[in-house]
Amino acid sequence: MLDQIRDLYQEVVFDHNRNPRNFRVMEDATRRVEGFNPLCGDKITLYVKVRAGVIEDVSFQGSGCAISTASASLLTEIVRGQTEEAAHHLFAVFHRITTGHGDNANLEELGKLAVLAGVRAYPARVKCATLAWHSLEAALKADADTVTTE
Amino acid sequence: MTGANTWSAHRSTTATNLDVAKIRRDFPILNETIHGKPLVYLDNAASTQKPKAVIDCIRHVYEHDYANVHRGVHTLSQRASELFEGAREKIRQFINARHAHEIIFVRGTTEAINLVSQSYGRKNIGPGDEILITAMEHHSNIVPWQMLCEQAGAILRVAPISLKGELLLDQFEKLLSARTRLVSITHVSNALGTINPVKRIVELAHAQGIPVLLDGAQSIPHLSVDVQALGCDFYAFSGHKLYGPSGIGVLYGKAELLNAMPPYQGGGDMIRRVTFEKTEYNTLPYKFEAGTPNIADTIALGAAIDYLQALGMEAIADYEHQLLQYATERALSIPGLRLVGDAEHKGAILSFTLEHIHPHDVGTILDHLGIAIRAGHHCAMPVMDFFGIPATARASFSMYNTFQEIDVLMDGIRQVIEVFG
Repeated sequence: MLDQIRDLYQEVVFDHNRNPRNFRVMEDATRRVEGFNPLCGDKITLYVKVRAGVIEDVSFQGSGCAISTASASLLTEIVRGQTEEAAHHLFAVFHRITTGHGDNANLEELGKLAVLAGVRAYPARVKCATLAWHSLEAALKADADTVTTE
Repeated sequence: MTGANTWSAHRSTTATNLDVAKIRRDFPILNETIHGKPLVYLDNAASTQKPKAVIDCIRHVYEHDYANVHRGVHTLSQRASELFEGAREKIRQFINARHAHEIIFVRGTTEAINLVSQSYGRKNIGPGDEILITAMEHHSNIVPWQMLCEQAGAILRVAPISLKGELLLDQFEKLLSARTRLVSITHVSNALGTINPVKRIVELAHAQGIPVLLDGAQSIPHLSVDVQALGCDFYAFSGHKLYGPSGIGVLYGKAELLNAMPPYQGGGDMIRRVTFEKTEYNTLPYKFEAGTPNIADTIALGAAIDYLQALGMEAIADYEHQLLQYATERALSIPGLRLVGDAEHKGAILSFTLEHIHPHDVGTILDHLGIAIRAGHHCAMPVMDFFGIPATARASFSMYNTFQEIDVLMDGIRQVIEVFG
């Protein structure tokens, strides 16, 4: 009966929701950004340590739904060690996919982030999946301490 | 599915004067299927669905009776004006106002409260004055007052609530001071379902000469409301929560207060005579109805009220209370479910959280089962903060819901828990 819903709620999503990775405060972060979804009240604080254009460490804290928590957790795993440029690119691809504009080549680029691609069938939930990414963008651009999904 | 059996066991203990099967046939949208399942619409506190009588009325107005109101000498304009003013009279009767001109048409509850804030408030509330609300208000009964406080240098006071979601009446009473210029309080809380003792609140405030605005958005569709018996000075509500169209609502105000208030917006219809030197304002209710109003939807709101009155508000309230009791009883048997708001007197609203599962996830999965609920902060972020939660899932019932639908909801909640393992 709930087979379809498994496209959205894959095991990986449940796993990251139950045991979010890098769920911690980072004392020596170079950037700290609050992300907020006013629609549902999801809040995250994203911590980033960037040196010479490379994201050396990334962590988060906060509360949200399974989708936003899993998305933030996956983000921390994926972008650690990447260049800022690579992270920007990944966000652009992820954004295309989640808003229903990407193709299969994009999907491959996403790697394990692809488990969140199912969100494109749920327009009301896209912002849950992208909150952490918007926060990362803001952190890298260093242009705001607070971002919202609106 | 255990639903049917559960309800059968319960059936012998309930009785209603409403013909719910017939009511359901009056609402075409209830035939929709969502993700292949019959729609179970439990988001009535956000907005109610529309009976055929309302839908047909809008169509009829545009096909046969439509023209601008209050200005034409031609037949259609007169016909439209009569229907429009007829709706005002229906609303007067529905809430038992003394005069039809005490019924001001606005877009909805939000606009009604803003009107009082910007018209009554800016005239009568000044530096150091206080406005008293409660901790269970919807944002639309918080923000207009914050805006006024900023403009006037006034202070917003907030009466606290208990963990059951009930207003602490003794604390409320203590907050009524010589500086209090207005009390604005919700009749029924949209996030918690609490029915406030508004008659007592009005008595307490009036004993000190303080006027009271009641936010009736959640009460008007579910309770019999008599503004004279309540004694309130203002009563605000929306048509779309009353089975009528969106974009039309009502501000009731006592004539003596409305007469002393300056206009809210300027324009056509609200004037008697305009020269470039001076403008003379129109009388009530037109003083507050600048511009061409929402004609067809106003007339259709009248049709919604006709529909409700034929059923009887007492019968509706009684049936919805049975739905709430049944839903509450069943919800409490689900492990990990916590009710948010368990006041002694409640409207048919069931706000809840599930352990380790975010309300948005609950909402998405229930939607897959055809069940529409609201998940979020319900435009009442301070209420969520008070309970230390980001959001709740909220099922809100109406006269067209059935006990079987509550079984579907409860089975759905159990499936959510199963999926999340």
